[in-house]
Amino acid sequence: MLLLENIDVFYDQVQALKCINLEIQEGELVALLGSNGAGKTTTLMTISGILRPRDGNLTYNGYDLTRASPLGIVQLGIIQCPEGRRIFGGLSVLENLQMGAVRRKERSGVKSDLEMVCELFPVLGQRLHQNGATLSGGEQQMLAIARALMAKPQLLMMDEPSLGLAPLIVSEIFKVILKLHQQGVTILLVEQNARQALLVADRSYLLETGKIVLSGPSSELRVNPKVEHFYLGGSTA
Amino acid sequence: MITIQYLVQQAINAISIGSLYALMAIGLAMVFGILRLINFAHGDLIMVGSYTALLLLVIGLPFWVAALGGITASTVVGLIMERVAYRPIRGAPDVAMLLTSFAVTIFLENTAIILFHPTSRPFPAPPILSSVITLGPFRFAILDLIAIVVAGILLILLTLFVTRTEVGISMRAASQDLLAAQLMGINVNRVIAYAFAIGSMLAGVVGLLWSARVGKVDPLMGFYPVLKAFVASVIGGLGNLPGAVLGGYVLGILEILLQGLLPANLTPFRDAFVFAVLIILLLFRPNGILGTTEREKI
Repeated sequence: MLLLENIDVFYDQVQALKCINLEIQEGELVALLGSNGAGKTTTLMTISGILRPRDGNLTYNGYDLTRASPLGIVQLGIIQCPEGRRIFGGLSVLENLQMGAVRRKERSGVKSDLEMVCELFPVLGQRLHQNGATLSGGEQQMLAIARALMAKPQLLMMDEPSLGLAPLIVSEIFKVILKLHQQGVTILLVEQNARQALLVADRSYLLETGKIVLSGPSSELRVNPKVEHFYLGGSTA
Repeated sequence: MITIQYLVQQAINAISIGSLYALMAIGLAMVFGILRLINFAHGDLIMVGSYTALLLLVIGLPFWVAALGGITASTVVGLIMERVAYRPIRGAPDVAMLLTSFAVTIFLENTAIILFHPTSRPFPAPPILSSVITLGPFRFAILDLIAIVVAGILLILLTLFVTRTEVGISMRAASQDLLAAQLMGINVNRVIAYAFAIGSMLAGVVGLLWSARVGKVDPLMGFYPVLKAFVASVIGGLGNLPGAVLGGYVLGILEILLQGLLPANLTPFRDAFVFAVLIILLLFRPNGILGTTEREKI
C-alpha cells in the first residue's frame, strides 16, 4: 500500500533520513520506533508531503507521492495526526471535527462518522460546543485522533499519541488504536513508548539517527536483546 | 461647559472614527493571523479604492456605482498583491515579508503619484453625505451615522462568515495552526486568498467613508489609516479578530477623549498621547487586550 524506497531527506545541509526503506500493507498496524531526533516525525512529514525527499521513491498504491501536494495526499486518504496534538484551541470541539472532514463532500458520511467518533470518545460528544483549548491533555489527544478519523483515513499516521499523558490515559489511547486496527484501518504508529507500541503493532521498524537499524514482526523485536536493553529498559544486553 | 449634547455628539464621533479603524484593523489581523505578515500596503488599498471611485465619479457615473467600483478595485488589487508579492515568499522570515509589504506600499504609492499627480484632489461625495440631521437637541453628521451602521452590518456579516461557513472556520483554524490546517487538508491558498479579499474589500469601504469625510484624496492617503489600524490591532491583540475590532473602537474613543480633555495648546500632540497610552497598555498587557500568549511548541 505505502512504500518508501531509499528515501533521503535533508534539512538544508543536514541529512535527517538516510536511505529509509519502509512498507505498509493494507490493514496492517506498523510501529516506527526510535528516540528523540531519530527521524520519526521527519518520516511522517515526508509522507504527508510537507517535506520533500531529495532522493528515493515514495509511492502509495503505485501513485507517486513526491509529486503530490499535502492537500492531494490528504485527498488520497493518508491522514496524519500530528505530534503534540495540534488541535485548534480557539475552535469548538465540533468545529475541530468539521475541519477534519473539510475535504469530504458526502454529508451523510460525515454525519455518521461524527456519531462514530462521539461513540468512540464519549467525552468529546459531551463537549461538542466547548473550545478545544479548555480540554485536558488526554481529551485533546482524543480530539486530535477523532479529528483525523473524521477525514476517513485509508492510512492513519499517528505521531506520538501517548506523549505527555498519564499512564491511565495512555492505555486508553492504545485501546482505541487496537480497536481501529481491528476495524481494518491501516495504521502507522510513531512512538517513543516502545513497550506499548510493540504490544499492539504487527510489525515494527526501529529508527536510529535517520537510519532503519532493525525491522520485523513486533514479537521478534520485543525479544531482541538490543531493543530490550535500550528501549524496554531490560537489565543487560 | 460640557453639556449632554456635547457628550453624545463626541460619543458618536468616537464610535464613527473607531468603526473605520476597526474595519481597517480586521484586514491587518486576518492576514497577520495566518501569515504573521504585517501588511503595511493594506493602507494603500484605501487609496486604490478612493481613486477608482473618483475616476468613476468624474466620468459621470452615479455615486453608488462609483462606490461599488472602488470597493471592487480594492479587492482585486488586494488579491493581486497576495498572488504576486506575498505568495512567492510565503514561509520566508517575518522580516522579509515585512520588507516586501513596504516594497508593495512604495510601488502602489508611486504608481498613483505618476498616474494622478502628487497633489490632493477634491473627492466629490454627494452633498447628502456631508449634511447634518437634527434630532431634538442633538445634531448628527449623516456620515458618522453611515459609518457606524455600515461597520455594524459588516461586522455581523463577518462574524457569521467566520463562525458559520466552512471557509470561515478554516480561516480561524489556519490562523491558529497553519501546519495542522495543512495536514487536515485545508486549502491554505484558498483561505489566504479569502483573507486578502475580505480585508481588501473592507479597506475599500473604509476608503470611501474616509474620502467622503476628509473631502479629498491623495496618493499617500493610506499611510495614516494603516498606522492607526496597526495600533488598533496591537491594542486588541495582533492577529485576533475580536481584538482588532475592540482595538479599533478603543482607539477611536481614546482619540476623541484626548481631543476633548487635553488643554488647547496640547491638542496638536494628541497622537503622541495616544501612543503613550498604547505604551502603558502594552507594559501591562504585552499581547494586547484580548491577545493570548503564543502557543508553545512541544
